[in-house]
Amino acid sequence: MGLFYHIGKYFLLLFRVFSKPEKLKIYYRETIKEIDKLGLNSIGIVAIISVFMGAVITIQTAYNTENPIYPKYLIGLTARDTLLLEFSSTIVALILAGKIGSNIASEIGTMRVTEQIDALEIMGVNSASYLVLPKIIASVFFAPFLTLMSMFIGIFGGWIAGVSTGVMTTQDYVYGIQYAFIPYYIVYALIKIIIFAFLITTISSYHGYYSYGGSLEVGKSSTKAVVHSSIFILLFNVILTQLLLS
Amino acid sequence: MIEVKNIYKSFSGVSVLKDINTVFEQGKTNLIIGQSGSGKTVLLKSIVGLHEVDRGKICFGDTIFNELNFKDKKQMRTQMGMLFQGGALFDSATVEENVMFPLDMFTEMSQDEKRDRANECLKRVNIINANNLYPAEISGGMQKRVAIARAIALNPKYLFCDEPNSGLDPKTAILIDNLIQEITQEFNMTTIVNTHDMNSVMEIGDKVMFIYKGEKWWEGTNNDIFDSTNKELNDFIFASKLSQKIRDLKNSNQPSS
Repeated sequence: MGLFYHIGKYFLLLFRVFSKPEKLKIYYRETIKEIDKLGLNSIGIVAIISVFMGAVITIQTAYNTENPIYPKYLIGLTARDTLLLEFSSTIVALILAGKIGSNIASEIGTMRVTEQIDALEIMGVNSASYLVLPKIIASVFFAPFLTLMSMFIGIFGGWIAGVSTGVMTTQDYVYGIQYAFIPYYIVYALIKIIIFAFLITTISSYHGYYSYGGSLEVGKSSTKAVVHSSIFILLFNVILTQLLLS
Repeated sequence: MIEVKNIYKSFSGVSVLKDINTVFEQGKTNLIIGQSGSGKTVLLKSIVGLHEVDRGKICFGDTIFNELNFKDKKQMRTQMGMLFQGGALFDSATVEENVMFPLDMFTEMSQDEKRDRANECLKRVNIINANNLYPAEISGGMQKRVAIARAIALNPKYLFCDEPNSGLDPKTAILIDNLIQEITQEFNMTTIVNTHDMNSVMEIGDKVMFIYKGEKWWEGTNNDIFDSTNKELNDFIFASKLSQKIRDLKNSNQPSS
């Protein structure tokens, strides 16, 4: 019963979020601010994690294929496909759930408990739309760039690790990342990250928007936002993989 | 004028407001007083529509506000200004941006016109040279005054203040009270103030409504309070020794009939 109550409340919030904005100019301005806050500020963490994950995938693949029957270019191919299919969309989404999910829930939650949302409502502003819509647009717009960036940096990290540890040559790696390349994998990853970005933003906004009480409740909302976003990312990962790759 | 008729409100089966009936007059500072937990804030938030009432009518002039749809309510709210207990200024915006926000949202004024109007409102509440400061960088009293400036930016017909003096020193509290009263008279607004501050009652209470355990217990002007025989009201108003002394002094100065 509780689950259906929250699902219903979540869709009612979305209904308010996607109603006609009061003034497009203001929403545009807010969206630019959110792109900076949620998107540009996430470049650093995504880049760092991608380079290390690319490196780890390459080294692990190399140690698991230490057999003369496996060609060396297999390391590059495995690193590429792992990054394209799973890491740069799903793992990056999980990282973003932790970073921007908690940020959104705590920001909106604090606005709720300090009556700033009530102040918006009293002015006649649709607070749900004003606070959440720019965040959705910003994250859905910017997350694909983060994913593409993660793919490039991850593959670069794999090359650095592979060559510096001597498990393969640059030629093998480059051949591997070009071998049997399926461009649709990039489309698949981008579709996934767009849906994940939507889930992270809306679920976190929902938890923040319905925070009541004080700082303790805002903290709880922030935690719930990250946990629920992560669960739904993994659930939708299965659904989307079945739909898009089968 | 705002009229509330037979208002009932409960939360999870707990009745908070019971059969509240009253009229808040235009151009006057109407006070809702009562102990903490008596239902003052719930009543104020019900009047402005932040809480849906279980039963009853809330009329702004001839319009039954609580029966309006979402769109019409939004439109109606552009005529309202509200000062919240904590100020509720937007943390990420400067003082000037806070006051300009309703102008940005609901007017087609140019940037210069909006800035001029914001400065006019800030000057009216005696905030000078603080335009570029953030709410965290100004005092509690200044935050309340900025919130009043924001509330009056669109020349509202109705002003609502939820415990405007909480957390303020007595001198600043009187300053805020006087400001609310002056603005009310100047713009002929219907103002409702929630308070449990006795100085406010005596200073600005054109009309006072006392709420006790969610019910309207007493109604009158601030001068009527001294003559009231209502036990709960007297226990509340004259709780301190100072207020008891004032009452005794006032009573002793009155000629015997």
